[in-house]
Amino acid sequence: MLKPVKILSKNYDVPESWTLAAYERSGGYQSARRVLSSMTREQVIDEVKKANIRGRGGAGFPAGIKWSFMRPHPTKPAYLVINADEGEPGTFKDRTLMEKDPHRCIEGCIIGCFGIGAHAAYIYVRDELHLSKDRLWQAIREARAKGYLGPRPFGVDYPVEVYVHTGAGAYICGEETALLNSLEGKRGEPRLKPPFPAQVGAFGCPTTVNNLETIATVPTVFEMGGEAFSKLSELHHLGDGGCRLFGVSGHVKRPGVFEAAVGLTLRELIYDLGGGVEGGELLGVIPGGSSCPVLLPHETVSAPDEKSPLHPWHGKSVLDVPMGVDTFRALGTMLGTCCAIVFNDKTCPVAVAQNLLAFYRHESCGQCTPCREGTGWLNRIFTKIHRGEGSIEELDRVHEIASNIMGNTICAFGEGAAMPTLGLVRKFRRPFEDHINGKPCPAGGRLHA
Amino acid sequence: MSFALTPEREREFNDILSRYPNRQAACIPVLHLCQEQVGWISDEVIEFVARRLDLTPAHVKGVVTFYSLFNKQPVGKHTVAVCKTLSCSLRGAESILHHCEKRLGIHLGETTKDGRITLRAVECLASCGSAPMMQVDKTYYENLTIEEVDRILDRLLED
Repeated sequence: MLKPVKILSKNYDVPESWTLAAYERSGGYQSARRVLSSMTREQVIDEVKKANIRGRGGAGFPAGIKWSFMRPHPTKPAYLVINADEGEPGTFKDRTLMEKDPHRCIEGCIIGCFGIGAHAAYIYVRDELHLSKDRLWQAIREARAKGYLGPRPFGVDYPVEVYVHTGAGAYICGEETALLNSLEGKRGEPRLKPPFPAQVGAFGCPTTVNNLETIATVPTVFEMGGEAFSKLSELHHLGDGGCRLFGVSGHVKRPGVFEAAVGLTLRELIYDLGGGVEGGELLGVIPGGSSCPVLLPHETVSAPDEKSPLHPWHGKSVLDVPMGVDTFRALGTMLGTCCAIVFNDKTCPVAVAQNLLAFYRHESCGQCTPCREGTGWLNRIFTKIHRGEGSIEELDRVHEIASNIMGNTICAFGEGAAMPTLGLVRKFRRPFEDHINGKPCPAGGRLHA
Repeated sequence: MSFALTPEREREFNDILSRYPNRQAACIPVLHLCQEQVGWISDEVIEFVARRLDLTPAHVKGVVTFYSLFNKQPVGKHTVAVCKTLSCSLRGAESILHHCEKRLGIHLGETTKDGRITLRAVECLASCGSAPMMQVDKTYYENLTIEEVDRILDRLLED
């Protein structure tokens, strides 16, 4: 159900919303002050658990549970690391928080540090986002000058420092262990897990990695109370709480970032918030960043089993299913970052596959053979098919190559490339065959008319 | 010729070091600092960073070659980076790219003869809601039209 809210984005339209003065006028830093001066670590984690914040970076892991994995180490410090490497194609939400409300991110870091027992937070921002970095640094300087960061935040003997760290152009650094290597001054190659970051993270120390939107949500949890926050969501009963930022891009009339309670449907995102499909009818939608398998408008939910989280929508269009971590997993796709890419019926699906695999080939870090070679191979096949030079054998081989990537790599990048590939070739088999058989492509092989 | 930071950047170097528990972690920020000064990462810069951070040149070179934003050879005074990933391509990135190539008389990855502009096609820059877009040096230009691209390129060519 469409429940637009103005919580995370409440300051977006305020003049100079990125300044400390504007943030404090909206009640900013009250949550951090109260947490540090009157709560225990356990109470903080408990409240975040009640809020049912599913990680906003794509994996959807419950933030409170992640925090509870942190155990004090006898000799090593703990770190909070914030993932603001936003690079998943179609995803552009974290940027709005950093640019328009950086103090909310800093306040979240203060509470986060306290909750996990850390005294330092690193916000890892992709290098291209210069305005985001500038705004965050400015916010850090302001907060430090006011005594909200530093040796005694709000007069409490709990030192907290926040730093911005930048990448240098590598999508893989959005993968948490690659990000940690990059933070340590190395090549951004993912690490084998276990050990998990909570045991061995940044600089060999216990570390929590949270997405930027996740941490920016935390101050609100303490303003409203965890349970009240969670209940904003239509999917509170599934442990998927609160509100979040939704993005929509591609062929819609009003692309952009919108805030709503969890439980919004794709139909509402595309037609109500996004203003409807531009230039034609809806052909497909990639729900939450390019790694999520595509959904088609004529697909319906098949969930006769009453225990399925999808059962209440059995028989309905996939566009009418509330966007939640578990509901979308049950649909065979993923919620990802909640930023949908829409394409109309004048789009060539082969060109979509070719464009995405060019991305994955470029961004594979090269550490694992199945991913390094597989993404390149898939890209070559799609390029050939797109040019009308492919064969049915090659199209069939796509399934084999993609299946051989999945489960055979250190990190989830492999799945992120293979799953949408399989989705596209299964659901658009016909246009792929037409390209191979030399039938004219109604879209002229193009992505844009 | 050996490389050295300007006094102002030398202060910034010390500030960067103060943020981390070890010197290696400063590798990427310091490489950015050097590239800001000379535009690319030469072998001299690699030697410098290795020496100042107690790393081997091989480690620093490994880092430099991993990340796409470190220039491995000299580039133009300005870099025009056009996003070509899906959301931008669905809204006309290809015609923006072709137009830039035609207008500048160079192919992707090349630099104009006068050394003024390097043209690149890049992957998603997190600006999908305002596609098509391009980044010129540090600035994002969004919701581009061909006319807007012309105005931007005109300014760069006069600069």
